[in-house]
Amino acid sequence: MPKGAKPEDQITTDPSKPAQRMRAGSMTLTWGPWIVAAVLLIILPYIFTSNSALTIMNQMWITVVFALAYNMLLGQGGMLSFGHAVYAGVGGFACMHIMNNTDFFSSFPLPLLPIFGGLFGMGLALIVGAFSTRSAGTVFAMISLGVGELIAACSIIIVAFFGGEEGVSGDRTYAMPFFGNEFLQQGDVYYLTAFWVFVSAALMYLWSRTPVGRMANAVRDNPERAEFLGYSARWVRFYSFVASGFFAGVSGALFAINYEILTEENLNAASSGVILLVTFLGGVGFFFGPIIGAIVFTLVQTVLSLETELWAFYAGSLFVATVMFFPGGLAGLIMMHVPPLRLGKLNLLVMPYIKTLIPAAIGILGLCSLVEMTFHYRHGATGDHEMTLFWTTFDSHTLLPWLVAGAVALGGILVARATAPSLKEAWDEANTPGGAS
Amino acid sequence: MKKITKIGAVSALSLIVGASAAFADTIKVAFIDPLSGPFASTGTNGLHQFQHAADYLVNQNGGLLDGQQMEIVAFDNKISPKESLIQLQVAIDQGIRYIAQGNSSGVANAITEAVDKHNRRNPDSRVLFLNYAAVDPALTNDKCNFWHFRFDANADLKMDAITDSIVGNEDVGKVYVIGQDYSFGKAVAAAANRFLGEKSETIEIVGDELHPIGKVKDFTPYSRKIVSSGADAVITGNWGADMLGLGKSIIENGFEGPIYTYYAAGSGITAAFGEGGKGSIRLVGEGKINPNPSQEVSDYYNAFLEKHPDGNLDQTRIANTIGMLAKAIEEAGTADDVVAVANALEGMEYDTMFGGKVMMRAEDHQAIQDLHIFEHTNEDIAFPYDGSEYGVKVVNTIEMAGADSPTTCEMRRPDPA
Amino acid sequence: MELILVNLIDGLVTGLLLFMLSAGLTLIFSMMGVLNFAHASFYMLGAYFAYQISLALGFWMALLIAPIIVGVAGAGVERYGLRRVHQYGHVPELIFTFGLALLIEELVQFIWGKNQMPYDIPDVLNFTAFAIAGNSIPAYKIFMIFISVAIFIGLLYILTKTRVGMIIQAALSYPRTVEALGHNVPLIFMGVFGVGTALAGVAGVIAGPVLGTFPGMAFVLGSIVFVTIVIGGLGSLWGALVASLLIGWITTFAKSYNIEMEDILNGIGISTPENLSENVFRDIWALTSPQIADILPYILMVLILIFRPAGLFGKRES
Repeated sequence: MPKGAKPEDQITTDPSKPAQRMRAGSMTLTWGPWIVAAVLLIILPYIFTSNSALTIMNQMWITVVFALAYNMLLGQGGMLSFGHAVYAGVGGFACMHIMNNTDFFSSFPLPLLPIFGGLFGMGLALIVGAFSTRSAGTVFAMISLGVGELIAACSIIIVAFFGGEEGVSGDRTYAMPFFGNEFLQQGDVYYLTAFWVFVSAALMYLWSRTPVGRMANAVRDNPERAEFLGYSARWVRFYSFVASGFFAGVSGALFAINYEILTEENLNAASSGVILLVTFLGGVGFFFGPIIGAIVFTLVQTVLSLETELWAFYAGSLFVATVMFFPGGLAGLIMMHVPPLRLGKLNLLVMPYIKTLIPAAIGILGLCSLVEMTFHYRHGATGDHEMTLFWTTFDSHTLLPWLVAGAVALGGILVARATAPSLKEAWDEANTPGGAS
Repeated sequence: MKKITKIGAVSALSLIVGASAAFADTIKVAFIDPLSGPFASTGTNGLHQFQHAADYLVNQNGGLLDGQQMEIVAFDNKISPKESLIQLQVAIDQGIRYIAQGNSSGVANAITEAVDKHNRRNPDSRVLFLNYAAVDPALTNDKCNFWHFRFDANADLKMDAITDSIVGNEDVGKVYVIGQDYSFGKAVAAAANRFLGEKSETIEIVGDELHPIGKVKDFTPYSRKIVSSGADAVITGNWGADMLGLGKSIIENGFEGPIYTYYAAGSGITAAFGEGGKGSIRLVGEGKINPNPSQEVSDYYNAFLEKHPDGNLDQTRIANTIGMLAKAIEEAGTADDVVAVANALEGMEYDTMFGGKVMMRAEDHQAIQDLHIFEHTNEDIAFPYDGSEYGVKVVNTIEMAGADSPTTCEMRRPDPA
Repeated sequence: MELILVNLIDGLVTGLLLFMLSAGLTLIFSMMGVLNFAHASFYMLGAYFAYQISLALGFWMALLIAPIIVGVAGAGVERYGLRRVHQYGHVPELIFTFGLALLIEELVQFIWGKNQMPYDIPDVLNFTAFAIAGNSIPAYKIFMIFISVAIFIGLLYILTKTRVGMIIQAALSYPRTVEALGHNVPLIFMGVFGVGTALAGVAGVIAGPVLGTFPGMAFVLGSIVFVTIVIGGLGSLWGALVASLLIGWITTFAKSYNIEMEDILNGIGISTPENLSENVFRDIWALTSPQIADILPYILMVLILIFRPAGLFGKRES
């Protein structure tokens, strides 16, 4: 494809290269994964009992709902939004106000709160969608950016609703006890969140199966043709947008229940950017892509940031590498292996993977060590020459660790490069039907 | 496929859980402040000061109780309330009982509420919140609770000191108040109006306005208004890039009077103001270092500089925080029962090395201490900031500022066990 | 009256600075169809490089060298990053630049740390050019105006009067035909991307001392640059100029005059409610123009997109 071709020509990509495919045709899932997911959701708290693990998992599930809602626009509808956090945020703020309205709240079971969050998110999406979904592409993206900035700015100015910089806080335990449960502990909240994650994910999946959901795909790929078939591209986009607003609102409500506080942070451009990043990292072409993205990103953000100050640097690198080499995201990477699996040739890939990926991983860890050491050398406290990396403590101002890390990085990458051709060969072989294996 | 990722998540989670085994032989203080992102420099410098204070004041003197060492554990909250609450939970799970935080009143507000709720819901793992820099008056008034202690003077107390200094300055007849459009900026503006109204009949406020926080690229239009209003002095609560932008712009566009403010030292701001800020930037704060620091202060500062030659010891209250916590733990005879430690902190009078006393007022947990008005200058500066030749020196002192200031705090104390 | 003149000058400086950023962005967009989210990051790189170079060689050399380095870096990004992502379509391209913006901010923090850099106005220009009714106009601002006007004229000349400009314009509309005529279109694209980012670099060099050189400087300006080219019409150089000046003046005047919402509402016949402090809309009543000055461009953009999606001077929608 020559550069500078008109955008219309570039929408479709070469279907023979699955790694380069942003979108997959099919999003069908069978019962199996749902049952596995439900079981996992239920047993996870028995494996990780500490409160912090529960808190992090709650954060993950909230991001999962939000990312799935976002992907209703980006992946399924082809609409790029730069201000989607406001729908989650407004839903959450509305829930905080419900929590603070003690008379009403005390006669109201907490698990139903996300419905209200969703309705408020949907209400806002109805208003904004009325004018923003008239066209897709850049116009939609820019309107979403403008509206996002406006509402984020309002959150500081309109103190009565958004509480200014301090935000609005409340107490979830003032709700009517739900079968005797007052949601005092993180564990109780975990199951509430897990329930809603499951329900929302299932509903969003079913939505993508409905005629409207299917038409969203059609309008994404070729709006003109969809119009000729008698469907209004605008209304299809509008429905997707409103539905997405609803589920974003649900995630906002879950946030409100979990943290009992909402602030400007829930609305601002950074949050909107993060959810774009999360969704794309996971893969927009598959229904479960955003789920993977949300899990990976939350881990990077909360767990990796405990280990290193440079977590954002690594996250950024990971993201750019994903866009450059695997536009299908992590999900696309996983789904690449379906054809070999179908052909029964997945075993062909095991050895080449071990030969290439392990040296590559070692090489990358070596690079990270160099980065960490450089950072320590430049910004560490003077006199504090000691640093600990991968359970090894050493002096960052001597030559040896640098040599070791450099050698590891170089060696790993060289080995990976040397074995890469055989991996490619194995890959081609695994994707070729027939032949002995 | 989902399963695989979840297993990955599972193993990663077990890593942190594994790392969270509590050690009883050290007393840990969780430092929850921004260590990445736009406010990282302030947070990192604060962390260094905490570590220095713990090493110098506690560990080098043989530790606490039966020789327990104090350890500062850093948590990066990225100045986000949400992240702060997650890190707070992680810290509590690691068995940490003391939480220190200071940057952003919004975060402090989230933490104080979360700590209150946590202590109510989990009496077995209660924690104390040591607020060393968030100065929103509400934290020791309407929103006060038993677990929160503030070691910094709140915005009202500081404004009391600033307005004292303005009223004492006969050259000032007109004052311009400008600030960031959020809770702290508004609190500063309200306090400035109130105190100036009470203290003087002649001083006129010729301007009172707010600008969006962190969004203004060019402050020129604001400084034009200030210059043309004929103001003799400016009061602002701005901090960070907003402080630097506003201050530089005001000076560049021809304003020659004093600029009274809260946060215009360290974190690169002193160096960036340089010669231009001399004679015009006035700050309010605690802890005298310049001019003529005492031997004790010099030793303390030099020991800090040995480790961090580019660092600034610009928050002397951090030394007070650690010193008072250590004293309270010794008095209580335990570091695990935070109620006992809190009771020891209440009403404590502490002799700080920077001169004077710090008294933790029992009714609202607000520290009462000497407040100074500093001047940005390069004269008589023993310890400059930011590797420049500029620093701040005391020009005016208000002893035990605001000791009789009112509070609306109605504190609920835990039932004696 | 004098104050209006002063504000006009201040707004002009802001607007022209914005123009230097948006000119490159709109050029890149019209040619490649890419909204470059990392554009403001190149502006930041310009300021940091200039600071580093000015320490060694002085401000003037920095003004010369820093934009070239930024331009080369930009061309490299096009050659080895964007060109690769291009085949996947526009959304991944956009997202790539988005990720690049994050990465550059992290890189800058990694190398220079998180503090504000003491990058200052050169001493030669650090004086008051003239004063209008007590309001001094620094010489540096006059210098900024001259540089940006010179760049605008230069750009206009190259695009409309030279052979290279003709080829670029032709490549905008008919890339394949131009390629068939034997021109190296990918090279032209790389060149345009390099020049566009170099322009952002120039803006960084001259804005760094005034607006501050810190890791957040790209984020502060990032989205407003998009707003500018969307208002002006994507791909239009004149549109970018008009929109930049418009935004410069609107924000400057909104900050300079305290227009209160209460007065406006009273003016159109709505009377102030009695218990204002209890009223749900109390914050709207208390609104003043300096408070909302910096979000006025966003309001303007949304309105323009609703009523004239092609922008003020644009010829095509998106």
